[in-house]
Amino acid sequence: MSWNETKQLKKRKILGKIFSGLCTMAAFSSVVLLVVLLSKVFFDGWAYLDWQFVTSFPSRFFEKAGIQSALMGSLWVISLTCMIAVPIGVGASIYLEEFAPKNRFTHLIHLNISNLAGVPSIVYGILGLVIFVRGFGFGRSILSASLTTALLILPIIIIASKEAIKSIPNSTRYAALALGASKWQTVRDHVIPSALPSIMTGMILAISRAIGESAPLLIIGALGYVAFNPQGPMDAFTVLPIQIFNWAARPQAEFHQLAAAGIIVLLVVLLLMNSIAIFIRYRYQRKLR
Amino acid sequence: MTDNHSYWAAIVRRCRNWNRNSRFSEKSVVIFLWLSAMVSILTTLGIVWVLFKESLPFFSEVSLFEYLMGTQWSPLFSPQKFGVLPLICGTFLIAAGAAMVAIPFGVGTAIFLSEYASNRTRDVIKPVMEVLSGIPTVVYGYFALTFITPLLQSVIADVEVFNALSGAIVVGIMTIPMVASLSDDAMRAVPDSLRYAAYALGSTKFETSFKIVFPAALSGVIASMVLAVSRAIGETMAVTLASGATPKLTLNPLESIQTMTAYIVQVSLGDTPQGTIEYQTIFVIGLTLFVITLCMNIVSNKVLDRYKLKYEV
Repeated sequence: MSWNETKQLKKRKILGKIFSGLCTMAAFSSVVLLVVLLSKVFFDGWAYLDWQFVTSFPSRFFEKAGIQSALMGSLWVISLTCMIAVPIGVGASIYLEEFAPKNRFTHLIHLNISNLAGVPSIVYGILGLVIFVRGFGFGRSILSASLTTALLILPIIIIASKEAIKSIPNSTRYAALALGASKWQTVRDHVIPSALPSIMTGMILAISRAIGESAPLLIIGALGYVAFNPQGPMDAFTVLPIQIFNWAARPQAEFHQLAAAGIIVLLVVLLLMNSIAIFIRYRYQRKLR
Repeated sequence: MTDNHSYWAAIVRRCRNWNRNSRFSEKSVVIFLWLSAMVSILTTLGIVWVLFKESLPFFSEVSLFEYLMGTQWSPLFSPQKFGVLPLICGTFLIAAGAAMVAIPFGVGTAIFLSEYASNRTRDVIKPVMEVLSGIPTVVYGYFALTFITPLLQSVIADVEVFNALSGAIVVGIMTIPMVASLSDDAMRAVPDSLRYAAYALGSTKFETSFKIVFPAALSGVIASMVLAVSRAIGETMAVTLASGATPKLTLNPLESIQTMTAYIVQVSLGDTPQGTIEYQTIFVIGLTLFVITLCMNIVSNKVLDRYKLKYEV
């Protein structure tokens, strides 16, 4: 090998080192970002985070302000959203994967769902405002909020469950059918139980998206200041992200710290749900191996 | 004998009944499942219907040309001007800035994950990405307002409290996971035979990743970028918090601007009476937003689908 060639090879190898270094940096920068973001929020909000903060109602005076009504509002909205979105979402994915004929219309539904997943959340807010708040006359209530959020997370649930059901091998279905099970029995007793861990992972991710969602609820009229806990689905409400938004939008630094404390509560809830999802997936993967 | 006969007849009858019942319930189950699938079609129809119906009255007062070409947007105070360009400009300033953050970092992460990372590193980066993408947008808005903006102000002199740059950076951070995971999928779908062929011809790892795998996955990578930009356009809470409420036809990212989404929030938070032309503007802006993002999503979904066909044979 001539001197010239080895020099060129060296150059190529150095270029490769630089490239892999840049890619590694890009990948680990998101770890750094996550740490910076979390510690920023943590340091800002720590001082305000106590039991009184969780159990108080919002107030003009930041020393007395708390998130009880927002927390209860979030709880109400999320529970109702789940009750609406989970059966419909899983049902739709079962239909599409197991029962739907393979024709143009079915293809259109698939296409439609993946496009719906990309519609900005604020557009769902406008839909909810016109259909649920005004059209059905539900007003600016928890029910309107839950219906809107349910529509918003429906595509996510459907896509995740579709993938889960698709990954079940056909041999499972043939075995059940050969033993005389009807189509629905096959799906109910064999396909769904095997797909359940993946379906649940997708569902938890969709629900955590719903917990953090605030834009559509602002549009349909969640209130900024709610000094009572909602008693039923027709009550006015606020949710945690909107309470945080209201505090963050104020110019005073004290309210920013309140916002940070609220964010810590929100993140704790979300991290809890995410870790459950990851835990389910790891267990499931280990079982498959 | 007769006893025995009636015994069997009873069983047959019971089986027949059971079969009929189960067939009935089976049918009702399928109908329920079909209805669930129809909800998504109804949602789309609902969105289109609502946006068009509520926008029509607006266009009887303001011409489409005036709306699309006007350079001033001030529906909430007189003299009312209904030119959407300042809002479009603000939105695209955010989207372009976000793309400049999300694309290099996202694609870099994807190349790292699919070509360089060991399984163990992958198991660290992947969950971090998922956590980043799961953090609510309002949190990113808070982060932009209280961390990125002060940071920018300490580096660049004339940054306003609300500025496009801070919003763009934070929306970019938000979309990194999306670009990374979709591009990662695309590059992992490239068959190993291509990689082996490149190595056999004497390529280094860099040349294999950059000149073989990356171009082979390019359509998937581009689709992920388009999706990310479309998500940045529709992003609401972070830009509302960080980038202000001043509709302005400017390319200076250090100034306060207003995006289409932030405008919708502004009107919703105010007490604009129903039925007025100011109120109708949110539907017009919503329609504009919907059309833009829908076009981008359709394009990227098409690309992703075609791309999947290419390698899954």
